Amino acid sequence: MTPVLQARGLVKRYGHVTALDGADFDLMPGEVLAVIGDNGAGKSTLIKALTGALQPDEGEIQLDGSPVRFRGPLEARRHGIETVYQDLAVAASLDIATNMFLGREVRKPGPLGKVFRLLDKKRMREESARHMADLKIGLGSLTQPVESLSGGQRQGVAVARAVAWAKHVVVMDEPTAALGVKESGQVLDMIRRVRDSGTPVVLISHNMPHVFEIADRIHIQRLGRRVAQIKPGDYSMAQVVAIMTGALQVADGKAVVADQGAAEAIGLS
Amino acid sequence: MPVLDATLPRRILSTPTAGPLAALVLACVFFSLQSDQFLTGGNFSLIIQQVMVVGTLAIGQTLIILTAGIDLSNGAIMAFGGIVMTKLAVDHGMPPLLAIAAGLAVCAGFGLINGLLVMKISLPPFIVTLGMLNVAFALTHIYSQDQTVTDLPPAMTFLGQTFTVGGTNVTYGSLLTILLFLLFAYLLGQTAWGRHVYALGNSPEVARLTGIRTGRLIVGVYTLAGLVYGIAALLLVSRTGVGDPQAGQTDNLDSITAVVLGGTSLFGGRGTMLGTLIGALIVGVFRNGLQLMGVPSIYQTLITGILVILAVTVDQLSRRRNR
Repeated sequence: MTPVLQARGLVKRYGHVTALDGADFDLMPGEVLAVIGDNGAGKSTLIKALTGALQPDEGEIQLDGSPVRFRGPLEARRHGIETVYQDLAVAASLDIATNMFLGREVRKPGPLGKVFRLLDKKRMREESARHMADLKIGLGSLTQPVESLSGGQRQGVAVARAVAWAKHVVVMDEPTAALGVKESGQVLDMIRRVRDSGTPVVLISHNMPHVFEIADRIHIQRLGRRVAQIKPGDYSMAQVVAIMTGALQVADGKAVVADQGAAEAIGLS
Repeated sequence: MPVLDATLPRRILSTPTAGPLAALVLACVFFSLQSDQFLTGGNFSLIIQQVMVVGTLAIGQTLIILTAGIDLSNGAIMAFGGIVMTKLAVDHGMPPLLAIAAGLAVCAGFGLINGLLVMKISLPPFIVTLGMLNVAFALTHIYSQDQTVTDLPPAMTFLGQTFTVGGTNVTYGSLLTILLFLLFAYLLGQTAWGRHVYALGNSPEVARLTGIRTGRLIVGVYTLAGLVYGIAALLLVSRTGVGDPQAGQTDNLDSITAVVLGGTSLFGGRGTMLGTLIGALIVGVFRNGLQLMGVPSIYQTLITGILVILAVTVDQLSRRRNR
């Protein structure tokens, strides 16, 4: 099976700091892939490279098997890759429908749109309502500013926008980080619905229970590289944390203790 | 899931122009009780004439403040534009329309430079426009040699002439100012460009990540504002009948006053063009009404200052409530 999105040997340096050190990445069709790693492991840099928010110094990215190069977020979006950025998802004073269509506004047909640039607000509202309903996101008025919504509802707007436009991949950076238990559950449900509709999802998260609950596979990032790709059922949470921190290493699909002291300290081996 | 609409009274209350509009209406009611001359067509025509220059500057100021910027240089740019167009026509014999076009271009050029400095070197707009204020001020005095330009061709004072509507004389300049407000209200409220200006003011990073070309947008906003300052220069010239190097020295702050009184947030991303028109009218109505009541002009300034502080306080409090 051809990966939907694949990267080989990505390198990104900031002065003397190497954020990505030959990172690989594979996202298969129809899956939820969690990307985890300690702080500074290069998760965010990897995701930014994959979504065009920054340009890697070396390495290759392939979309559906053909090489691509994104010079900006707009180009990644044109290729059907939508990203929900942590804390940077929505414009607070604008309403839901405007946020859904931000940067991709629909104009009225005919000369009103062509010459006078008049927006088709009604159509954008209707389509927004439909997308929100598809994801079972309940909201009041679509004309209320996003800042008057709860954190979960805001995240809902951001997710709905990403899903509405994503033809290939939805990437979510810590979508539950700022949310309460109930709201997190709603976002996880949304992610499931997105996957079930056939769009693969990349989920960056620190929250192990969420990762184990929803991910089909887990990409573990450490020191700028992918150190393991595993299935949640094959390893315990403690083992995954150990791989993340370098106490365990994965070789030929088996975990090998790399740091005896560290492994014992967390109750493994 | 039913999509509920907020009830009508709540919607009216949450409309950002509701507060300024109420203040304007209250001020009008108050002054009409104080003076018989206040509530007449002629007086209102006068008020609009008095606020049209600052009001037009405030159009550009609104665009820039919506992007979370500020423009201290607009009055000085306008003064320079006025000197350029009048001197080219009077001293150099350039055809008046061409001279006007040159003045507009010079003002747009200043805006372009402001925008490029803000965008390319990411300097704070406050500093960039503070510098430009001095540059434009100095150039105005150097180029004019501190001389007022007189004997303007009729084309330059045309906007100061009047036509009659229902027995009231209205200047063409007042009409142009109102039309400009309507045009920019349309651009901000009904086009994608306007949505992008708001998004940029909310958060440049959010705007960039949604694919908006923020650099181009910023430069465009400052340039367009500069062009509007050029129109303000023409209005000023037509109203005073001269090219005056001393003109517009406090108009930068007055334009900010109008914007803030109109309910636009200095933090960017919130506000409307019609709010700014109302804000400009509030300033005009207070000045005019207090004048009719015989209150010395220094008290007018005092009251305007208090109004601004009140408006900013209301803005802050409403933002806190929204959080």
